[in-house]
Amino acid sequence: MACISPDGKPTESGTKLLRSLKSGLRSPEEIAKGTGLPLFRVRSGLREFAQAGLAEQKDNGYHLSPKGTELLGSLP
Amino acid sequence: MEELKQEVRLPRLGEPAPDFEAVTTQGTIKLEDYKGSWLILFSHPADFTPVCTTEFMAFAEIYEELQKRGVELLGLSVDSVSSHIAWVRNVEEKTGVKIPFPIIADLSKEVTLRYGMIHPGQSKTETVRCVFVIDPNQIVRAILYYPLTTGRNMYEILRLVDALQTTDQHGVATPANWKPGDMVVVPPPNTQEMAEERLKQGYECLDWYLCKKKL
Repeated sequence: MACISPDGKPTESGTKLLRSLKSGLRSPEEIAKGTGLPLFRVRSGLREFAQAGLAEQKDNGYHLSPKGTELLGSLP
Repeated sequence: MEELKQEVRLPRLGEPAPDFEAVTTQGTIKLEDYKGSWLILFSHPADFTPVCTTEFMAFAEIYEELQKRGVELLGLSVDSVSSHIAWVRNVEEKTGVKIPFPIIADLSKEVTLRYGMIHPGQSKTETVRCVFVIDPNQIVRAILYYPLTTGRNMYEILRLVDALQTTDQHGVATPANWKPGDMVVVPPPNTQEMAEERLKQGYECLDWYLCKKKL
């Protein structure tokens, strides 16, 4: 897992992705531009978050799920 | 037997790159994650080996130049993720060179077999030094194979990318030893009429079939 550590906490790049979703960025391309992460990392990270139930893919792109919002809120 | 033959069939130029989902040092990555970018997928024989270490440092050195060209790098060997992590950390500790691109840990050899990276005449267990240049539409555009004993030339890899991108952008070919800024080859005429016209078009021509121009 690249974006979620074994202890369930997001990594540094994972936190960037979660914050970008909270800020309203939706497509992998927008998120890559907004975070400076390579597009392939964003795509694989979003897939990982979706599989973990932290993000949801909708018609207009990715959104934080309630679980993802809760996780982000628990971060310092 | 027939099934095995299909399994080890080599990718060919102009065909879609074989699909994969692989565990890497930067998480699980699928080939489709690179759609829209150029990708250089390359294999090395093994972690913690001398020629491979020099190559990884050299790939890291050209990484920025590749990024300027919209190219991502993805390494591969049949070592584990833990081995890859230990090796790249060792390289950074000993040389200060950080390896910025992911490396596939292909212990199952799934990707290795799909890309024909093991050449039994060289080694039955280690991948040879392959380079697959894959375009943004995920088509294989160039393939290089180097033996275990010979480190690859990074300038040639950059030159190859430049040549492919120049061809795509301008619809031209590139002559021997071409480098950016040199004249390019105008595609040869394919009718007699075009051949007669070609010499009047202001190109630098040896004859009707070999004409060059500046971009």
